[in-house]
Formats: sequence, C-alpha cells, structure tokens
Amino acid sequence: MSALAKMASSRLFWPVVMLLVLFAINLVAFPGFFEITVRDGQLFGSLIDILRNGAPTLIIAVGMTLVIATRGIDLSVGAVAAISGAVACSIILGSPAPGSLATVAVAITVALLISLVLGVWNGFLVAALGIQPIIATLILMTAGRGVAMLITEGQILTVNSPPFKFLGSGFWFGIPVAVIIAAVVFGLAALVTRRTALGMFIESVGINPEASRQAGVRARGLLFAVYTFCALCAAIAGLILTANTAAADANNTGLFIELDAILAVVIGGTSLAGGRYSLVGTLVGALVIQTLVTTVYTVGIPPIATMVFKAAVVTIVCLLQSPTTAEALSGFRRRLAVRSGKGVAAS
Amino acid sequence: MTKLLEAPVADHPTRTGRGPRRGSGGGAPAGSGRRRPLAAALGLLTSPKYGPVTVTGLLFVAIFVIGGFRYRGFFSGQVFLNLFVDNAYLIVLAVGMTFVILTGGIDLSVGAVVALSGMIAASLLQTGWSPGVVIPLILVLTSILGLLVGLMIHVFKVQPFIATLAAMFLARGLCYVISQSSISITDPTFIQLAVSRIPLGGGLSITPSVIIALVVVALAVWVLHGTRFGRTVYAIGGGEQSGLLMGLPVARTKVLVYVISGFCSGLAGVLFTFYTLSGYPLTAIGTELDAIAAVVIGGTLLTGGYGFVLGSVLGVLVLGVIQTIITFEGTLSSWWTKIFIGALLLVFIILQKVLTARRR
Repeated sequence: MSALAKMASSRLFWPVVMLLVLFAINLVAFPGFFEITVRDGQLFGSLIDILRNGAPTLIIAVGMTLVIATRGIDLSVGAVAAISGAVACSIILGSPAPGSLATVAVAITVALLISLVLGVWNGFLVAALGIQPIIATLILMTAGRGVAMLITEGQILTVNSPPFKFLGSGFWFGIPVAVIIAAVVFGLAALVTRRTALGMFIESVGINPEASRQAGVRARGLLFAVYTFCALCAAIAGLILTANTAAADANNTGLFIELDAILAVVIGGTSLAGGRYSLVGTLVGALVIQTLVTTVYTVGIPPIATMVFKAAVVTIVCLLQSPTTAEALSGFRRRLAVRSGKGVAAS
Repeated sequence: MTKLLEAPVADHPTRTGRGPRRGSGGGAPAGSGRRRPLAAALGLLTSPKYGPVTVTGLLFVAIFVIGGFRYRGFFSGQVFLNLFVDNAYLIVLAVGMTFVILTGGIDLSVGAVVALSGMIAASLLQTGWSPGVVIPLILVLTSILGLLVGLMIHVFKVQPFIATLAAMFLARGLCYVISQSSISITDPTFIQLAVSRIPLGGGLSITPSVIIALVVVALAVWVLHGTRFGRTVYAIGGGEQSGLLMGLPVARTKVLVYVISGFCSGLAGVLFTFYTLSGYPLTAIGTELDAIAAVVIGGTLLTGGYGFVLGSVLGVLVLGVIQTIITFEGTLSSWWTKIFIGALLLVFIILQKVLTARRR
C-alpha cells in the first residue's frame, strides 16, 4: 500500500499510467501492436512508427523543458522549424549538385547557424530586455512564418536530394535516423544538465531568479543558453520534418508543434511555473502524445478527431495533476484510513 | 494596490495632466502654467496607463495619412469604414481577449471557437434550423465552453495557457467532427445580413456586423469602467492576492472573464460567417494571435491591470490599416503582414517595458 502510494505521488505516475492505458487500448484493437519485425535489416512495427513520428516533437520538447524550467516558454519553435526547413531546401535547390553530401552538409549547417541567431534573439528579448517569455517569443512566432515565406518566396520547395531525405526517412543500423537524432539530443541534454550543476542552476533560476542571482548564478547567460538550445532543437526537428516530406512548406512545417511540445512537457509533470523539471517525464509525455495519435488510427476513429482526444488527454492529465485533486484525494484517503481504523477498533 | 485604486477612474483621466510620478507634492507651482500643455502631453505619453494607447492612436493616424499620400483613393471615408467592416469579428474577439488579459490570463482558444461556431451555424442551418434558434444556441454553447475553461483555471489551478489550449484542441477537433469540408450557408436571413449595407450618407455605408461590434465595444466599456465587476477585473490584474484580501469576488470574476471571452468568440464566429457565408474547419487559424496582438498593440499590459477596450479596438484598426496598405501596395506579398505585425508587437512591448520600468 505504501509503495503504491509512493508511486502514485510520483510526478511520473499519471503520465505512465496514461501511456500504459493507451498501449492496452492499442493491443486490444490491434493484437500485433508490440511486434517488431526486421525487414531488409530495418526495424518495422507500430512502436517504431511511434518513435519515428514522435521524434521531432520529442526533440523540441527537450529544448522546451529547459526553457520552461527557467519559468519561460518558447512559442516560436514552430516558426523556427519552418525557417530552418526553408533555408535548407532553398540552399539545396540553389546548388548545382543537390544530391551531393557536401551540399546537404552546407545546407544543414547554415540552417542550424540561423537557428542559433534566432535563439539568441529570443534570449536577448527575455534575458536582456526582460520581456515576458510568452510575449517575447510570440513576436518570432508571428513574424517567423512570414520570414520563412519570404525565403521560400511563397512556394512549397520540393527537393530531390537522397542525402537530405536520409535525415527524415533513412535507417542507420536498422534504426530510423530521426530516432537516433532524438536519442542523441535527449542524451546530450540529460548528460549536460544532470551530470553537471547546470540543471540545478536552471532550476534555481526558475524557482527564484532574484535569489539565484544573489547566490551567484549567472541567470542572464543561462537564459541565453537555454533559448538558443531550444531554437537549435527546433531547427533540428524542422530539418527532420522537411526531409521526411522532401518539401519545405513555410505555412505548415511544424504547425502547432509548439503546442504539442509544451503539452509533452506539461504531461511529463514539469510545471509551467518553472523550477523542477524532468526530461524523462518529457519523454513519456511526447510518447503519450504520439501514441494517442497512433491509437486514433488503429482504433479506427477518423484521424481528424485526433484533436478532440488530445483535448481530452490534456484535460484529464492536468486535472489529475492539479493540487485541488491531490488535496481531495488525500482527504478521501485520510477519511478511508480513519474509517478502517474505526473498523479495527470495533472488532 | 495603486493600480487598483487608479484603474477605474477613467472618467476624468487627463485633467490633472500629472506625470508618471504620483503625489509629487501639492501640485505644480502657479508660475509653470505655460509649460502645462507640454507637460500634460509628456505625462500622457509616458504614463504606463495612457502611453501605449496614445502611441497607438498616433501611429494609426500616421499610417493612415502616409497611406493617403502614397495611394490614390486611400484617403476616403469608405476605406476607413471598411476597416470596421472587414474586422468586425476581430474587434469582438479583441474585446473578449481584453477582459482575459486584464486579469493577467490569456485565451488561446478564440480562433478555434470562431471556426467552431461557424461550423455549427452552417451545419444546423443546412438541416433547416431557424437562425433565430441557431445564433442564441451558438452563443450559449461557446459561453459554456468558456465557463468550463474558467472553472478549470480557477478550481483546478490549471494555467490559463494550458486550459485554453485544451479548449482550442477541443473546438478545432469538433469542427472536423462536424464536417471536413466547407459548408456553404444558403439561409436567406444570413444572406440578407451578409449583403445588406446601412447607408451613412455621402455614399458611405457599413454592415450590420459593424453595428453589433460597436455595441459590444460600448457594452464592454460600460462593464469595465462603470460596474463593480469591471473594477474587480482590474483589481485581479493588479494583484490577485490584494483583491482577495479586500474581499472582492475574485473566484467569480476570474471564471466570468473566460465566459465573456467564450461569448465574444461565439459572437465573433457568427459575424465571421456573415462575412464568409460558409463554415470551414480550417478557418481562422492563428486568429487568436491577431487578437492578442491587437490587445497588446492597443496598450493592454500582458501582466494585467492596465488597459482599455478602446485601445484594443485601435489595435485592431492598426492591424487592419496595415493589411489595407499591403493590398494597396500590390507588389508586397501578404506574408509581409506577418512580419509587420511581429515588428509592431516588438516595438509596443519594448515601449510598455520602458514605461513600466520608469514607473518602478
């Protein structure tokens, strides 16, 4: 009982339960859900699909987690993803050899460098000018898609470049490249913030910026770093999304991905009020979202209704994590304990 | 607390013309009478309460005059009136958003709710319902959605951002559930409302939607500045804890604000269908950003406590006039609108920052 109570009080409890419930629903609807087959040395299966399609969201969510931990938020990730995809595609299209590895390398490097600039811009607005993060990044969210349109000149740029396409739909050692990239980003973020004091600094800035400043934490530099990292993550995700369809669409690349990423973070138990964060929670959150989408497909609900289910999951998880619910539950448990205690005394 | 005491006294605002510092000792000496207008103007520009609105007003006039010099046929009454005709729904949205932002919240669901009410209207009218039933039904439904969001925010302490995000997903998803494709509206009453123009004399005309929008604005101004509820809205934005300690009905007000936003979104959706005469699930994507941008450009502080409904209307007009200029320019592509709005947002946010920093 106490072990169960301990587990139930963990922030990861409800998200994991949600994920397991979704898995169970999938298994009922489609018995081969957990099967993973090897075809031509490549892994196939529903779980692999979930991982691969969820990779861009997860990558952005990792960056978003760190931003949210500093009591911030980054709404511009979708726009940054669109810009990086547009930049990469227009460079590949403009080059004489779109299929060569060098061209793709240049395109990716330039796209990532531009995202660094965009990240520094967000960091500047938040850290140097002290603008509320939600508003500071709203600027780039609004203007960013316009900029992406400017780069693609309002067209959907279709590229025919095998090395670039490899990024989105290729396999490496039988594992989708997108999954490997997501794992590397996740691993790096976890390593750098959890094996060093950096993660603690980030949390301290989120909990009390003034106190952490007086304790000698350089909040300003930290904010710059966090927003830059988030933009970098967004650019990587944008490249994967663009490579997957082999087309840069300034209007639709990464549309609503900021919302999915924020949801993943919130479902994972990181509070939007800043402070303690959990990268593992974010991973679970991203998986919940992607599994939900897959579930909708496997159960046979029209895919367009996905958003209704997303709304339901968000609402349920938020209500379960709410302090009011926790209070009500603990009150209920106490009453239960009192009653059972009485019962023992009577017998 | 000072915000609270100050906010509702908008009836006699600039009379004293005092600068940003309060209580600067028994009024100005009699000798400085000549410098008063200048000081008053400066005070107006630098006060966090009136500064941004004033700048927005000046900006609107400036853009309009520049447009008038640049393009033939721009400087006409009808171009001005068309700003209202084309943006009537956005004005209503911005009014609702102003209430929410004044309390320090945010409502991301408004764009999706506009689309949803359009879909409900189109699908119900198609099956032969009467508009007299459909429109009130939509307003009730969207208000209930707002109520649920408000309860989620207040009772369950879910952040406004997340709660309204869930509402946005729900509304957008329901749009798709109703229909995946566009439904056109053939109801005679709706068509009548869509095409009819109300002549104002001199060849100028407006649509019934404009009248509805202006009535909403007038009502909102009255509610915010003339009722206890409005006072509480400002008080919550100024400091929720202080409002609670003063015994103000914080809970009720906080929930009601989202009901108002839901109602306004529903009404805006109806006005939008008058404008488009169809329901389409993908419509009004990103409109919540336009509404938020209009409110911010209109001088409402995003942390709550400061701001005016009329400022938000001015914000909508600024967005509209930019759109009009881009149309008149012809060679500029529509995506420049987004970049301009982004740039404007930046300017106004920095302005707010500077003004509030001086205050502290």
